[in-house]
Amino acid sequence: MAKNSKEVAKHSDAPEHEYETGLAVVTADKPKDPGIEPHRVRMTDKSVKHEKAAARQVAILFLLSIVGSIFAIWAYYAFPFDDTNAGSLRINTIFLGLGISLGLFGIGIGAVHWAKTLMPDAEVAEERHITRGSEEVRAAALEVIRLADQESGFSRRKLIRRSLYGALALFPIPAIVLFTDLGPNPKDSLRHTMWGAKKNTRLVRDPDGTAIKASDVQIGSVFHVIPEGLEKLEAPHMLNEKAKAAVLLVRLDPTEIKNDKEREWGYDGIVAYSKICTHVGCPVALYEQHTHHLLCPCHQSTFDLAEDCKVVFGPASRPLPQLKIEVDAEGYLIAPGDFAEPVGPSFWERKA
Amino acid sequence: MSNTVTTKKKGGFLAGTANYLDERVGIAGIVKEFGRKIFPDHWSFMLGEVALYSFLVLLLSGTFLTFFFNPTMAETTYDGVFGPLKGAHMSTAYASTLDISFEVRGGLLMRQVHHWAALLFVAAAGLHMLRVFFTGAFRKPREINWVVGFMLFILGMAGGFTGYSLPDDLLSGNGLRIIDGMIKGLPWIGAYTSSLLFGGEFPGDQIIPRLYSLHIMIVPALIIVFLAVHLFMVVIHKHTHYSGAGKKDTNVVGYPLMPVYVAKAGGFFFIVFGVIMLTASMVTINPVWNYGGYDPSPVSAGTQPDWYIGFLDGALRLAPTGIETVVGNATLSWNILLPMLVGVGFLAVVAVYPFIEGWITGDKREHHVLDRPRNAPTRTAIGAAGVTFYAVLWAGAGTDLIATNFKMSLNHVLTAMQILLFVGPVIAYWSTKRLCLSLQRKDREIVLHGHESGRIVRLPHGEYVEIHEPADAYQVWKLTDFKEYAPTLARPNAKGVITVRARIRSALSKFFFEDRVSPVSQTELEAAKHHGELH
Repeated sequence: MAKNSKEVAKHSDAPEHEYETGLAVVTADKPKDPGIEPHRVRMTDKSVKHEKAAARQVAILFLLSIVGSIFAIWAYYAFPFDDTNAGSLRINTIFLGLGISLGLFGIGIGAVHWAKTLMPDAEVAEERHITRGSEEVRAAALEVIRLADQESGFSRRKLIRRSLYGALALFPIPAIVLFTDLGPNPKDSLRHTMWGAKKNTRLVRDPDGTAIKASDVQIGSVFHVIPEGLEKLEAPHMLNEKAKAAVLLVRLDPTEIKNDKEREWGYDGIVAYSKICTHVGCPVALYEQHTHHLLCPCHQSTFDLAEDCKVVFGPASRPLPQLKIEVDAEGYLIAPGDFAEPVGPSFWERKA
Repeated sequence: MSNTVTTKKKGGFLAGTANYLDERVGIAGIVKEFGRKIFPDHWSFMLGEVALYSFLVLLLSGTFLTFFFNPTMAETTYDGVFGPLKGAHMSTAYASTLDISFEVRGGLLMRQVHHWAALLFVAAAGLHMLRVFFTGAFRKPREINWVVGFMLFILGMAGGFTGYSLPDDLLSGNGLRIIDGMIKGLPWIGAYTSSLLFGGEFPGDQIIPRLYSLHIMIVPALIIVFLAVHLFMVVIHKHTHYSGAGKKDTNVVGYPLMPVYVAKAGGFFFIVFGVIMLTASMVTINPVWNYGGYDPSPVSAGTQPDWYIGFLDGALRLAPTGIETVVGNATLSWNILLPMLVGVGFLAVVAVYPFIEGWITGDKREHHVLDRPRNAPTRTAIGAAGVTFYAVLWAGAGTDLIATNFKMSLNHVLTAMQILLFVGPVIAYWSTKRLCLSLQRKDREIVLHGHESGRIVRLPHGEYVEIHEPADAYQVWKLTDFKEYAPTLARPNAKGVITVRARIRSALSKFFFEDRVSPVSQTELEAAKHHGELH
């Protein structure tokens, strides 16, 4: 208490430290601070009846919490999951959750009600002290640093200091190097897909792996296609290969195709394009028949299938790569080789 | 011996425990120091509390989930109770998420508690930041704590994204695919960085366990460290308070920690927890069973990230078509780099704002009385412009949903967003600044001429006047107690040179403080009173 009054006295004498005020307009011509507004008396302060009622309400809220928690335990066992009834999961979740919620709300609202009605609500002021240490404290701290420096010779002994800096700078490097094996150098893995693994790979349906005859493909129909054999791969290779090799197969009226390369690489209006968006790699899965537009649902890049999948809208920069297709002796669609360029999002070495 | 027994009986169990603790950890000193610490009261101070409490709920519900979740990507054939996916090939992580949802009682509830709490955590942290920004609570001595809080916001987003990806469902897998595409677009290091993250090619079988380490260990540990620093600094600085009679930069006005704030804040934790629990038991969030396991080929229309990643996704969508450049053999994907720079640049400005404003005002005093937003018109306007910029990016992530729901052309919606991204902040800045200055003028009017009473009086000579009730001393103080700043000229330094620094500072000070409304002074107040009495 004595300490406090001393500090207060110090405050009223002079500020602890004069800081620069910068561009602030400092004026003494301010209206007078009337001090903290007087406390407004609550009903519970002046009426014993209200005070008792509030106390009762708080206790009831806490009791409700007890009821809620017990209800939650009961509900956990009372509403078991029933594999034949999909609603049982919902019932269990709702009643368990309601019980726990009541258990929580009872405590929370009870405590706040207690504080607001029964605990003192007159505002009180407490002095602040500026964060900066007093001049004595700062001098003492400087003295500590000076002593430490003198005793260790930290500023004097340059060789020790500089060699320490060097050591400290280098010691974390091994820890960074240790993370190299998180993943291999990608080398040219981004340039090849499973279509290039062997010659004349059949185009098969995703996901069941059945081959596609050219005659199966009607004008306007869309096939989600993977290379034959992909569906038999083990995870994670299956997903890794699929993430590069997924293809969309569409048959257009050959007269609608405006691009010669596109027509040549297709078969009688059937064309195959990479399904992996050249923006950030989402599957370009939406086809709009009457405009021949392919739309990526992630960022709405839109590609015109009649014009070699050039970008007509959205953030993508490059057309989707086309997969050259032919028909084998049995009439099934095949790809003679890989895409002519890397599929999917751009990367620095793409052109190298 | 008998003496000891009597003392024990006298004090009871609590006193005995207190004595035990004091003799071993010195708890008496701690209680004396902190027990009656004063905290000011205001609803907006609870936003940070909501963030803190939802983080605690995240820790509790997340710990429960770790006991049941299996973060491996090994392929498995689903044999659980959810019929539609029976026999499907999927990762163990996805299967265990389904098991938590359908076979662990309370598992779905806890998953939903965890997800709702995460959404609330980032939202509350963001609103808390806005409160701190618009009231100028970041000013000296709290600039560093602003940066710490900013880090917490970023860590909140990181925790959210890493957790969102863990179930390895189709929706979150496409989210990871987007991240992979963005990383690949980084100049020079892109392809290699992607390989390091995914342990080889995308998606591989490493990413889920790696995200799991980040999500349950590294990110929460960092959040706890930054939270500790954040709260420690609140104790050092003591809490700010709003301007009002009796409230000064040299005091703190409010209620004591014990008992009032223990009850209020402690109770509020249970209320926040209760709201999350109630929401989680009634409202489905992230029904991963509808999406299926991750497969790189399918995707559903209307894909959306969690709300707090929306502004980055929107930035990606708003990039113009065809801005990729090839320099020599190097491909620069500006359609990815530009949105990344916009997102990172925006966040960087947020992080350093207190230092910019502090440099311009040059006011080195400690500020503990909060600004009413109108009393810092330029800052408030800058904040409104920033909010608008963020909001347009965020809405940009929903261009497809806006187009389909309102039957509009997707192309038009996107073009409108692109324009709004530049025009919106300018409109917001200008209108907010005008609004603030008008409100300040209104405040002056209230101080000088009082409130309209609605009573019309006819004077003897026939004139009608409305009686104005003078504002009371408390309101006068509240409306006049704010710091005014004036712009500065670029002055030459000791060598007689006007430095570029001085010129910039002068220009910025003009930008900030040229339009301003001064607080009413005592002289003006008395003159107005005198003038009023003459009537």
